[in-house]
Amino acid sequence: MDTYEKNRQAQVRYLYSRAAFGATPAELTQAVEQPLRKTIRQLFHNSASVSDLIVVEPEQNQTRPVLRQLVRDGQLDKEMLRERIKQNAQKIRDLNLLWVDRMAAGSGALREKMALFWHGHFACRPSGQNALFMQQYINTIRRHALGKFSDLLMGVSKEPAMLQFLNNQQNRKNAPNENFAREVMELFTLGRGNYSEHDVKEAARAFTGWQYTPAGQFVFRERVHDEGDKTIFGKTGPFVGEDVIAALLANRQTARFVTSKLYRYFVNETEDKKRVDELADQFYKSGYDITDLMETMFGADWFYDARNVGAHIKSPVELLAGMRHTLGITFDQPQPQIFVQRTLGQTLFYPPNVAGWPGGRSWIDSSSLLFRMQLPAYVLKAAEVTIRPKEDGDVNTETLARKGGNNFRTTVDWPAFEGAFATVDDQKLTDAIAGALLPFALRPDQRTLIVSQAGTANDRSQRIRSLTVSIMALPEYQLS
Amino acid sequence: MNRRNFLAQSALTAAGSLMIPNFLKAYELSAMGTPLAPSGKILVIVQLSGGNDGLNTVVPYRNDIYYRERPTIAIPADKVLPLNDEIGLHPAMEPLRALYDDGLLTVINNVGYPNPDRSHFRSMDIWQTASDSSQYKTSGWVGRYLDSACAGKVQQPFRTIEVDDTLSLAMKGETLNGMSLLDPKKLYNQTRSKLITGLSHEHPDEHQSVAYLYKTLAETVSSADYVFEKTKQKHAVSGTTYPNHELGHRLHTVSQLIQSGLGTSVYYVSISGFDTHINQPGQQARLLGQYAEAVGAFMADLKGAGRQNDVMLMTFSEFGRRVKQNASNGTDHGTASNVFLIGGGLPSRRVLNEAPNLSKLTDGDLTYTVDFRQIYATLLHDYLGADDVAILGRSFEPLKLV
Repeated sequence: MDTYEKNRQAQVRYLYSRAAFGATPAELTQAVEQPLRKTIRQLFHNSASVSDLIVVEPEQNQTRPVLRQLVRDGQLDKEMLRERIKQNAQKIRDLNLLWVDRMAAGSGALREKMALFWHGHFACRPSGQNALFMQQYINTIRRHALGKFSDLLMGVSKEPAMLQFLNNQQNRKNAPNENFAREVMELFTLGRGNYSEHDVKEAARAFTGWQYTPAGQFVFRERVHDEGDKTIFGKTGPFVGEDVIAALLANRQTARFVTSKLYRYFVNETEDKKRVDELADQFYKSGYDITDLMETMFGADWFYDARNVGAHIKSPVELLAGMRHTLGITFDQPQPQIFVQRTLGQTLFYPPNVAGWPGGRSWIDSSSLLFRMQLPAYVLKAAEVTIRPKEDGDVNTETLARKGGNNFRTTVDWPAFEGAFATVDDQKLTDAIAGALLPFALRPDQRTLIVSQAGTANDRSQRIRSLTVSIMALPEYQLS
Repeated sequence: MNRRNFLAQSALTAAGSLMIPNFLKAYELSAMGTPLAPSGKILVIVQLSGGNDGLNTVVPYRNDIYYRERPTIAIPADKVLPLNDEIGLHPAMEPLRALYDDGLLTVINNVGYPNPDRSHFRSMDIWQTASDSSQYKTSGWVGRYLDSACAGKVQQPFRTIEVDDTLSLAMKGETLNGMSLLDPKKLYNQTRSKLITGLSHEHPDEHQSVAYLYKTLAETVSSADYVFEKTKQKHAVSGTTYPNHELGHRLHTVSQLIQSGLGTSVYYVSISGFDTHINQPGQQARLLGQYAEAVGAFMADLKGAGRQNDVMLMTFSEFGRRVKQNASNGTDHGTASNVFLIGGGLPSRRVLNEAPNLSKLTDGDLTYTVDFRQIYATLLHDYLGADDVAILGRSFEPLKLV
């Protein structure tokens, strides 16, 4: 590989690591041969369509109130009730695993990557183990992940899961609950400090009546809606929830806040103020077109600056999905993937609080780093796992994670991975694999260590596998 | 390569890098055994996860409302282990009552915070970060203690240790993190692979994220090594028998770590299972029994070692439970609960404040009278000798513990 190709490969690897969940060596080889712009377009093209994640049909879904009624009617005894609630929680786990499968699948990875970002932005946890609500919520996010932020914001804000999570069902005329209104401003649009307590109070009144049915339908209940005039951001009128959302979108600060968050996630945690201002301006002018904004980011020369490459610490789900995609890994039993998420602190559908996962350096401490470095051995060699994640105190979620947590039996598509290196000289093999997996070239001392780990395997296939496990165990593999 | 060579070589090769040499220098100077807290005191935190029912733990056994609201799960007055004329301990907690009789236990009733959140994860977050219920902090209070105590000094994660496989938010600071280990040997073995020891030599600092990872790795390997060496040298000799369950094992480990003279100021341990929505009595009795037994053994062990006045154990849960029992012989998520302080050289036999007022409830829940951050502030300032205002972000009225 000449220098030009090496640089191009590094660029493409980086693009795939940020705009998707990494690349396979074959994807890299193909992308190196075409202009970068074409690869970027391809990523968007491959994510153009979307199909829903389905683990529960609406008619099958039995919410906790429904189940309780069945108990009262004598159709269900306590034991069966417990079993049903457990089944609901298991459906949420299935949704989690199904989504990780989509992330790891490759095609459509950009959409799933964006959806993962939005899941943290519009953080939501299941209340009452309602799998249907979570399924609707995540599919709304996935559907609008690359569309207009305005549609995404309105869609997610009207999701029963979100209305429930942020207590808007309890937000009624004469008995306001401000939680929803506050988080819509603080976390979804403007950010702290860009609205007053008065705005929150008045917006909460506008959101009264935004409710949902047990079947998962958004409803506007006029009975509990406060029809009086409200004064929000200095304007007065008999506003309803949609008016508040419109006012928030009309405020340029929303574009600034969201763009800044996207920049910190997709480019660099350290914000470049001038650049973000320009991007935010474009985002606002485009009518909040997410695709337009992301295309600009991924296409910009500065995106590939040395200080951005390798600056991002992969979240646990990025790490897991990335490893799976690059090596074509399938889990014989999917449960260990929940174990990995819990142990490393990012369980899909269970963000730590309404502010989502803090990300960055908070992913790494002494124990999580050691576990991350051992993960390739667990996954690729079925090595024995001896650690256990903490319990979260909730009797309903604790039972789920225990079973089969450490049974890391996987199938790896080694032939495809090895095939991509078929024409590489033996001497260059270590650097070639590292080039496909890491944001930086190996330092000489690292190379020596990696090679010594691989031992004296004469069998080329064994050698590739052993080098891959070691390279993935490097701290640099935690970065993208 | 043995440890000594490894350290010597690391110290040499690390010359010029900012982070690791400091750490190793400290090692070489044997400064690591020096206590971090100016007071030389040690705090051990035991977290009861799931929301322990405080009313059935410290029982208001003379209160009619208590018995009226809990017809099938109330603890009968004649079974209670009385602390005074009003309240007594759950019958499964005999070892704790013995500590009370020895003047080692302080009970603080009605501990909570304004606008309580009844979600496990959120309320635990609030207790671990010491935030307001409307506020989201990404660092924990013990972590910020580490930040504050180690500001401008060498970085030593083992100064606050969680005995577990993973690290709680409580232990994560703004700039420093504590460390977690279930047992010193296990962590040591985890860091002994050729790859990991080989890499912990590295300290590239051209890229911030890279530097951070290697710094964390180097600190982990060195700390694991240090803790293992220390605990290997000195075994606890008290002959105390610990109960054979998780909390027993973990407190045993804490005691070994303390007695090996690590220079660790805060230890963190948790036990789960207190989310008792159904069939509470058996479940809670089992857990409280385990808790009391383990703490009893721990304190006896420390006494044998002459350390019971240097070590204070604090126990909390993220919330208490509703006053009224539910239809499944259980209780639902509530608000205020009790906190125990044990040992630490406190004066004897105390219940710090009034028992819960069951006739003055807020939406059926207990009304808090002590903000848990007052306890943190007092422990940080008066016990550990730390800057409580900097760590908690503002000043909280201290409790008169002494």
